[in-house]
Amino acid sequence: MPSDETLREMHHQMVRIRLFEETIQKIYFEGKTPAFDIAAGPVPGEMHLAAGQEPVAAGVCAHLRPTDAVTATHRPHHVALAHGMDMKKLAAEIFGKDTGLGHGKGGHMHLFDPATNFGCSGIIAEGMPTAVGHALAFKKQGRDDVAVSFFGEGAANQGAFHESLNLAALWTLPVVFVCEDNAWAISVPKEKATAIANNSDRAAAYGIPGVLVPDNDPVAIYEAAGEAVARARRGAGPSLIEIKTDRLLGHFEGDPQAYRTKEELALLKERDALRAFERRLIDAGSLTAADAEATWTRCRTEVDGAIEFARTSPYPEPAAALQHVFA
Amino acid sequence: MAVETQRLLTTSKAISEAIAQEMERDPRVFVMGEDIGVYGGIFGATEGLLAKFGPERVMDTPISETAFIGAAVGAAVSGMRPIAELMFVDFFGVCMDQIYNHMAKIHYESGGNVKVPVVITTAIGGGYGDAAQHSQTLYGMFAHLPGMKIVVPSTPYDAKGLMISAIRDDNPVIYMFHKGVMGLGWMTPNPRATGPVPEEPYTIPIGKADVKREGRDVTVVTLSLMVHRALDAAEDLAKEGIEAEVLDLRTVIPLDREAIVESVKKTHRLLVVDEDYRSFGLSGEVITTAIEGAFDHLDAPPARLAYPDVPIPYSRPLEQFCLPDRGKIAAAVRQLMS
Repeated sequence: MPSDETLREMHHQMVRIRLFEETIQKIYFEGKTPAFDIAAGPVPGEMHLAAGQEPVAAGVCAHLRPTDAVTATHRPHHVALAHGMDMKKLAAEIFGKDTGLGHGKGGHMHLFDPATNFGCSGIIAEGMPTAVGHALAFKKQGRDDVAVSFFGEGAANQGAFHESLNLAALWTLPVVFVCEDNAWAISVPKEKATAIANNSDRAAAYGIPGVLVPDNDPVAIYEAAGEAVARARRGAGPSLIEIKTDRLLGHFEGDPQAYRTKEELALLKERDALRAFERRLIDAGSLTAADAEATWTRCRTEVDGAIEFARTSPYPEPAAALQHVFA
Repeated sequence: MAVETQRLLTTSKAISEAIAQEMERDPRVFVMGEDIGVYGGIFGATEGLLAKFGPERVMDTPISETAFIGAAVGAAVSGMRPIAELMFVDFFGVCMDQIYNHMAKIHYESGGNVKVPVVITTAIGGGYGDAAQHSQTLYGMFAHLPGMKIVVPSTPYDAKGLMISAIRDDNPVIYMFHKGVMGLGWMTPNPRATGPVPEEPYTIPIGKADVKREGRDVTVVTLSLMVHRALDAAEDLAKEGIEAEVLDLRTVIPLDREAIVESVKKTHRLLVVDEDYRSFGLSGEVITTAIEGAFDHLDAPPARLAYPDVPIPYSRPLEQFCLPDRGKIAAAVRQLMS
């Protein structure tokens, strides 16, 4: 069981992620109404938000340090923030500004942060091999850092998933594979895409531990990740964790979600893991209601500051598009 | 280029020597790939490395290109300098996402904050009956995608110097060796695949073409094994009084456009000889470069001899029909001169 201090920090991370995602959602539609135009407004392009998946980021990243490598997906903000990415640089990158992580060249699916050894990829499952490579480097360098690869349940049917698990297991590399099962690969439900119920069972195929966290519970995630990270750090090799989590929003903003029922969406809202976790901490005395309120206020201020920074930052010079192809 | 040494090496030995010397110099350098350890690389590019450096730095991988090329990318971002061998370039289809969506783009997407110093070595080329999936050159396709340097040496001397440059480069480099230039005992003998190579390490700048034979009448721009074929043709043409200049590009990205333009300004005629597919590729790019930079100097429309736009056939007469060779190059030059 995590300490009260850790629980409060996990709650804090979840709150700041939620507020960040909700704020980006609101801003995303600026300039896109009444007629939706994906290219319009301060934030163009696709936008994949992770509201509902905060427990995964908070529970896993609580065990990490900035030198640990993290690879994430097209839905990366929750993990990036929980791993310590500067929120201002993240927001500025989303706005396409020169002060962003990649000076506006990457965008929200291609975030690279040397300060936290973070990278992500918009190609399903293809962040996994790079995580294996980070771990390979750590082993060669004699460091006890670990690499954590986040991916969705849709990724587990890609070749890269299987190749990565095999290579990491074969070479006993310090990798933690974290499958965020939000039940939906855009519009295709998991049961129509995956031959087995739980991807954690696939760990057996590579002779590594496979752990299932069935209910988006931050504490259970924290505990499963703690074991896997410790195992990787002591050189005992990779693990696979599967977490049944919830995608509260559409695949991308503007997704009409005709494939989901109203009942399902209502149920997700009702069982919102962040609210449930907050209530639980207050009931257990780990967090006072006043502290919870203060956390929301503090995070609101942080998010507003990051958005203000992004809005007021300059765009890159257009011709900067031609720079940075090569080092 | 005059090389002051009497020591002769095959191209494959020159490459493995370059890698060995860089591994001695820099502990961050390591090699991985299929059959690169015990076997020494199917084309000998890593011969002797396992015995010298052991399995921690010379790693045989599973047949799992996406995983190990992706691992090279991740390891490079975390401070290593990996060399990963893609056995045949034709196998790119099972790992191209790691190559062009990750390795080639991370530096750009990061706004210059993350470097990816990976070298991918890969065998290219046909002419020995290996058919459609094991004979392509494909450098034009890789060159079309921004973010990778492309090195395609033709001689042992260039192969060593370019390999050392590739390993020291902070960018991803695709290092393509033609099987026919490696000097392998099990390929058709090629005297040009053995040549003088200094023992001490040296570099050749990536992006510099090299005049392999000077001439006043026509410029033959080519690369890789076709440099050998062009030099053979130039000897035949010299007997007829035609002096062909053979410009070896050596690297495709960056392309030495200046060298192409300068040579064409001198000779006023251009033939491009290319083992890659004819359309939408290197030969068109070289000709465009000459037209943009030396249009007023051209005495004849530029010509090209390239692989026709068909998959590579198996049967010997079919494959030989498609490949540029000594006779076809000489004939194309004669036509250009007439």
